[in-house]
Amino acid sequence: MSKCTKRKLRGRLWTTTKGIPMHLIVDGKPIDIEADPEMPLLWALRDLAGKTGPKFGCGIAACGACTVHMDGTPVRSCILPLREVQGEITTIEGISTDGKLHPVQQAWLEEQVAQCGYCQAGQIMSAVALLDEIDNPSDEDIDNAMGGNLCRCGTYPRIRAAIKKAAALKTAGI
Amino acid sequence: MASVGKIARRTFLIGAAAIAGGVAIGYYYYRKPYPNPLEGELAEGEATFNPYVKVASDNTITVIAPRAEMGQGVSTSLAALVAEELDVGLDRIKVEHGPAAYAYYNSEMLAEGGPFAFYNDGLFAETARGAMGALGKILGFQGTGGSSSIRDGFDKMRQAGAATRHVLVEAAAKKLGVPASELETADATITHKASGKSLTYGEVAVAAAQIEPPAMLKLREKAEWKLLGKPQMRTDMLAKVTGAPIFGVDVTLPDMLHGTVKMSPRFWSKPVKSDLSKAEKMPGVIKIVPLDTTYGHGFGVIAENTWAAFKAADAIEVEWADAEYPADSAAISRALTDALATQGSALRDDGNVDTAFADAPREKIVEADYAVPYLAHACMEPMNATARLKDGVLDIWSPNQMPTITRQLCAGAAGIEQDKVNVHTTFLGGGFGRRGEMDFSIYAALLAKEAGGKPVKVIWTREEDTRHDVYRPAAAGKFQARLGDDGLPVAIDMKIASPSIIASVLRRTFPSLSPVGPDKTIAEGSFDQPYVVPNYRVAAIPAQISVPVGFWRSVGNSYNGFFHEAFMDEIATAGKTDPVELRRKLMTTHPTALKVVEKVAEMSKWGETLPAGKAKGFAFTLSFGSWVGEVVQVADTPAGIRIEKVWIAADVGTAIDPGIIEAQLVSGAIYGLSAAMGQEITFADGMVEQSNFHDFDAMRIFQCPTFEVAILENAKKMGGVGEVATPPAIPALANAVFALTGKRIRSLPLSKEVSFA
Repeated sequence: MSKCTKRKLRGRLWTTTKGIPMHLIVDGKPIDIEADPEMPLLWALRDLAGKTGPKFGCGIAACGACTVHMDGTPVRSCILPLREVQGEITTIEGISTDGKLHPVQQAWLEEQVAQCGYCQAGQIMSAVALLDEIDNPSDEDIDNAMGGNLCRCGTYPRIRAAIKKAAALKTAGI
Repeated sequence: MASVGKIARRTFLIGAAAIAGGVAIGYYYYRKPYPNPLEGELAEGEATFNPYVKVASDNTITVIAPRAEMGQGVSTSLAALVAEELDVGLDRIKVEHGPAAYAYYNSEMLAEGGPFAFYNDGLFAETARGAMGALGKILGFQGTGGSSSIRDGFDKMRQAGAATRHVLVEAAAKKLGVPASELETADATITHKASGKSLTYGEVAVAAAQIEPPAMLKLREKAEWKLLGKPQMRTDMLAKVTGAPIFGVDVTLPDMLHGTVKMSPRFWSKPVKSDLSKAEKMPGVIKIVPLDTTYGHGFGVIAENTWAAFKAADAIEVEWADAEYPADSAAISRALTDALATQGSALRDDGNVDTAFADAPREKIVEADYAVPYLAHACMEPMNATARLKDGVLDIWSPNQMPTITRQLCAGAAGIEQDKVNVHTTFLGGGFGRRGEMDFSIYAALLAKEAGGKPVKVIWTREEDTRHDVYRPAAAGKFQARLGDDGLPVAIDMKIASPSIIASVLRRTFPSLSPVGPDKTIAEGSFDQPYVVPNYRVAAIPAQISVPVGFWRSVGNSYNGFFHEAFMDEIATAGKTDPVELRRKLMTTHPTALKVVEKVAEMSKWGETLPAGKAKGFAFTLSFGSWVGEVVQVADTPAGIRIEKVWIAADVGTAIDPGIIEAQLVSGAIYGLSAAMGQEITFADGMVEQSNFHDFDAMRIFQCPTFEVAILENAKKMGGVGEVATPPAIPALANAVFALTGKRIRSLPLSKEVSFA
């Protein structure tokens, strides 16, 4: 629990209703919460920090709806206990800058990707991480990076098109 | 009768009273079956003209799209229908679900509920449709389902736009002192060209709301459409790419508590013995509440956060009573087979099937038994609702497809009158029929009763969601055909057994009602297909298995499409006829169907020789008024069978938004392919065996084929789009697998016999 400000876990302190105080940095802002260190990051974000962008889908890292970044790496926040959180967290709510959509969001908008939209926060966070790593991902790169993100509406063809468009937008500096 | 908001309403009280009961136009105005629910909730300076349109003095235009937005794009298309007649761009319209209200009845959803094929326009079928539609109006049945929203809203929404525009122009004419005929409208502004004067809609809204529109207004011809018939930017897209809090699970209220449920894993069973002590003592737990409802029995947990609620639910120790239904999949399968041995109701009975088979030589007979498993909906957003019961008023925030019935049953659960219940419909993270149920709302209402006036957000775990669905019913079918010397069928006899969805729905929603007549959903997709065969019988047999079943995207068509079209493929093979050629010959009296078949055959280059290790399959299903043909191409790869490409041709009659329709056709096909490839819900000891996406998965991006879609508009009646691509996708894949491997797989999922890459 690197960001934990109170390390003295005497007795059963963490099983009280309030849990133990902890410090997180989410979308560039410090957030102080009190929680059970076993609580998955997802529920701390959603119930305690007011960040409802990451979604609950499965609770076992099988659908990717809860995907956020920890120091830029995509993680499934539904199975990541708070005690293992090390680094800055970025959610879907923190990727646009100065009121301007992230190129991935812009591409999603232009390709009209979302249907129900529930999985899209996770899809977009996986795609952002993919494009941070590979400027021009191949279809295989997309398959590998996005295979953990389930979509029941079947928006995959448009997701693929949007990732390619986002790569072009990024290259063009848009 | 139009209305204006607070201050304006006081100012115009006398005027409003004076014109109450006046004549108005259109669907809504003409009969005015229900009051305008927007009248009670206007903001200051806001005016409403009908249940669908509000205009504020700052020119903000709000359209109520009273159908659940679950991804199908209905909010965009319903708003576009209004916008087209109102002369406003979609970008400046705010779209809302609106309250639960009888004014938002859906007549189209029930209209096709009778046992008639869509193409049957005989007097009896048409009369029944009218009567069923009227029933929707009388019941004030506000629902989203049956791919009916646009068909239902096509006239209503355009009339709402036209009537609103008319009175706005009248009001502007009065204010400017010019004849209304000299005014033009564009972009929410009324302009008098000659004088150069203009007024915004907002500037005349309050005055306009006092004016009664005429009894008849002409709607624009298709050729004049500016928005309709063209792809629009979805009005919900920005919210969905920015993670905006629009879903049920995102509801956040002051002092909100959190909760979850733990219902009996055996449907209808009650706890025999339970120990709540461990759960009650857990940190963050506020209260454990026993739940006894028509949907099932179990416990609800109220806690400080969702995680604490989940852990406490896990810690509740319960012994549940035995199941009242066959306890495992083998026993369920036997019950279906037993049902097939009975007569059933023939929903189609052309010629004389018994005579046609009586003297049939053995080599001319094709026989097959088919079966499909139960399926879960597996919406991405697990079931949830938020409720607050305070000062005798229940507010419920619910991602639901049935606001008026939700209101009714939640009022019952809370023990208050319906007019004390406000249903707030959020966006739905997937629906597919699952959210037409009331369980998640009722449970939240019951927990709210125990929360001391605080709101409680009740979210189910994925495991609870998977194991407490209302499943797509398991079904079994017995099929027989007699071939003529030309290889074409002269007789077809189909029997389909499945638990009745209607009976199951009534048991959990209105247990005092009994179902009447045969449940056509059992055989829809088999009895109502546009084939001409001289002797053709399709019988539906309700099987008595009380596992809860419900509406799953395309309902009975989801399995009958497979049964009917895979069996047609068998007939083609046995008669040495090409599958597409077979349709050409049997669909001659249905030109709409023929054109669809021709189109998809042409797109997919059907008949062209493929390289070794590749094959195509074809299928056609008419459902929800749309005529859909699909071709699936598969390839044999070292990792298994890969679905390479899918071609879809769909005749929807009139295409309101081709972009959204294309998305829905692809979506529907993927939903069907997911099920065909690997999904099944099985039972052991009365309990569902699957629990989460690791054992009830769906197609992933790396399995997704490419798509080519054609939208046709030859049909004379408009069809739906949300469900129609699901039924033919499943047999098209099964038929492709047969063409590739020679294996005729008659039981789903296909993964029981072949593996997919």
